[in-house]
Amino acid sequence: MQKKTTYSFPDEVLEHVCSFIQSDKDRNSVSMVCKSWYEVERWCRRKVFVGNCYAISPRMVIRRFPEIRSIELKGKPHFADFNLVPDGWGGYVLPWIVEMAEAYPWLEEIRLKRMVVTDESLELVAKSFKNLEVLVLFSCEGFSTDGLAAIAGSCKNLRELDLRDSEVDDLSGHWLNHFPETYSSLVSLNISCLGSDEVSFSALECLVGRCPNLRSLLLNREVPLDKISNILRRAPQLVEFGTGIYAAELHPDVFSNLAGAFSSCKELRSLSGFWDAVPAYIPAIYSVCSGLTSLNLSYATIQNPDLTKLVSHCPSLQRLLVLDYIEDNGLEALASSCKGLQELRVFPSDPFGAEPNVSLTERGLVAVSLGCPKLQSVLYFCRQMSNAALVTIAQNRPNLTRFRLCIIDPKMADYQTLKPLDVGFGAIVEHCKDLRRLSLSGLLTDRVFEFIGRYAKKLEMLSLAFAGETDMGLHHVLSGCESLQKLEIMDCPFGDKALLENAAKLETMRSLWMSSCLVSLGACKTLGQKMPRLNVEVIDEKGPPDSRPESHPVAKLYIYRSVAGPRLDMPPFVWTMNEDSV
Amino acid sequence: MSPEKGKLLAETDAGGLNFEATELTLGWPGESRVTSDGVAKLGSKRGFSETVDLSLGDNKDSNKLGQFQINVPVPEAAKSPVSKAQVVGWPPVRVYPKRGTKSCKYVKVAVDGAPYLRKVDLEMYNSYQQLLTSLEDMFSCFTIRNYLNDKKRERVNGIEYVPTYEDKDGDWMLVGDVPWQMFVESCKRIRLMKSSEAIGLAPTTPTKCSSTSQIKKSCT
Repeated sequence: MQKKTTYSFPDEVLEHVCSFIQSDKDRNSVSMVCKSWYEVERWCRRKVFVGNCYAISPRMVIRRFPEIRSIELKGKPHFADFNLVPDGWGGYVLPWIVEMAEAYPWLEEIRLKRMVVTDESLELVAKSFKNLEVLVLFSCEGFSTDGLAAIAGSCKNLRELDLRDSEVDDLSGHWLNHFPETYSSLVSLNISCLGSDEVSFSALECLVGRCPNLRSLLLNREVPLDKISNILRRAPQLVEFGTGIYAAELHPDVFSNLAGAFSSCKELRSLSGFWDAVPAYIPAIYSVCSGLTSLNLSYATIQNPDLTKLVSHCPSLQRLLVLDYIEDNGLEALASSCKGLQELRVFPSDPFGAEPNVSLTERGLVAVSLGCPKLQSVLYFCRQMSNAALVTIAQNRPNLTRFRLCIIDPKMADYQTLKPLDVGFGAIVEHCKDLRRLSLSGLLTDRVFEFIGRYAKKLEMLSLAFAGETDMGLHHVLSGCESLQKLEIMDCPFGDKALLENAAKLETMRSLWMSSCLVSLGACKTLGQKMPRLNVEVIDEKGPPDSRPESHPVAKLYIYRSVAGPRLDMPPFVWTMNEDSV
Repeated sequence: MSPEKGKLLAETDAGGLNFEATELTLGWPGESRVTSDGVAKLGSKRGFSETVDLSLGDNKDSNKLGQFQINVPVPEAAKSPVSKAQVVGWPPVRVYPKRGTKSCKYVKVAVDGAPYLRKVDLEMYNSYQQLLTSLEDMFSCFTIRNYLNDKKRERVNGIEYVPTYEDKDGDWMLVGDVPWQMFVESCKRIRLMKSSEAIGLAPTTPTKCSSTSQIKKSCT
């Protein structure tokens, strides 16, 4: 037998090579080659993404990755955005901050999504991370302007402060004054979520004026229109800007100041804000429209023809967020003017109204799918749809990666044939081979899930409501969708059978949410007891689920894989189905 | 499957489970919705004369609405008519004042001793009675005292709480002190205070109830 000589690969070389590997997936692959590669990789990993803060404990992360500089954490399930997760459910960041304060003093970036962030957490962040450059609080809550003041006062290296969609308790607008006079490194500031009295204009102007690297500034609704010019004039280098309320009495001076200020911003590529926009002031932005790649009009109340006219002025648009005031006609105009469009989101202006208030149907979406060859991402609220339209869209745009359709009335059939929309969505998954995210609506039988299980091999996230007929529907998805990470279901007739048969699948996914379905308490207990690496949590605000028979369906169910065991911070209305606690 | 508009799953589902019982909905009347103590008048006057039955401790029959619903009888005017039931979470839009939808009046509700907050939209209610009923549902572990009804209450489960709120001027007031609309406009947040701590907030109308029962919460 010949003895082979192995030449070992020097760690320094591997480490150097590793530094070019940024993607988490690739890094994970590197770490699984052999033990020594695992070791090298873990010491040189600088960025970690934790998609579910309860999947692992802070200590475990720190133990494996001692040299992290950037962390991203997500807390509540996505359906929390629509009020399906009661307040107090969890997602507290404090335990993470406490551990990281000690382990990662050189932490530079913190990105949080749907987490509860208290002032205490922010104060600890301010005290512990002197090198903090990026703080993103996306859809977070639990803090006030006091916490922001602590950050402003201590984080001398802060470049980016982004509070998008967060709920902030207003206490005082003077937190901005806590940025020291010497502080000038701001690059990106998003305070669009702040309410009234939370921003001091003079402090804001002063801050903007002394930060020459400021590229992105998104203001809150309370900044009046006549203040915008002053701010823009101090920051003509802005690339991204969000206005406050975009309405005021028409004064020629105000208008010309505004128009002049916008025209001085030669680098402007992205605009948003436009709360309650009035048509009279829209032309003030015309000078920058030709260069705009991103336009967010989802708070703008302007309607056609002004809305369509505005959009037609922006031929370079890649991303458009707009209310359904744009109507089919406006979308047809969009399709012919904006050939570079990649992402379209159309929101409902009156989602709870019984009758349509605008003329927006499947026609608009079909037009955009035909006219915009680069369209990849769609979120569309409408009130009617047909299989024919969906098939056309699928054939026109096989390059779609995100397709979220919300037909406002639950269980609406194809309005032309009165059939379910199975075939239409089937075409979407069949043609769009790179589809990663899909939301279904309308009348749907088990058949659509057959298609999804068969074709949607790259699908990572699926959202369902009022769909399907039997457990076979859920079974098709769980057994067929190889890449599935997140599944969220409301009001579907899926029960125990499919869930228990596909229990192992759940360990390959990040999470499963089911509310108002037919999963029994007994099945939840079985799952919780048999699958120690899944946290099976029942949410029931009416009292202990045990007070009802085991065959009774649970109100809400959240299942997620975890190596940290059942969590210790559950509120009174969340029950774990794992062994010890049942 | 018949393509009916707006029918919720429960009504067509096989499987024989009483599905509706587990639905949490914001119910507009119509179909099988059960209303509670009758429709309250719009803009009800100072206080409310009916007893608000606040027996929350017992989960089994605390659900006096019959279904798990926050009921909102249709007011005579103001709101745009909705012909079908609204379901929590649908359509999937974010519900605070964004995306061009009508603004709502969300206020946070804190309960002394509970580690979590809830939010209510005051514009979904037309009277104190409806609001308190809804709070009952949300915090079914606790007993909320209707201070205007000074019956002595013996509570087997739960501690008594007094509903208070912070108004625009930053003052803490007793819920029910001012006409409903004025309350909606001025209320910034609500706090269910332990009875023992609410002594300083004596109502301007009749008697303070002095009985409180200090017994542990029922739901943990």
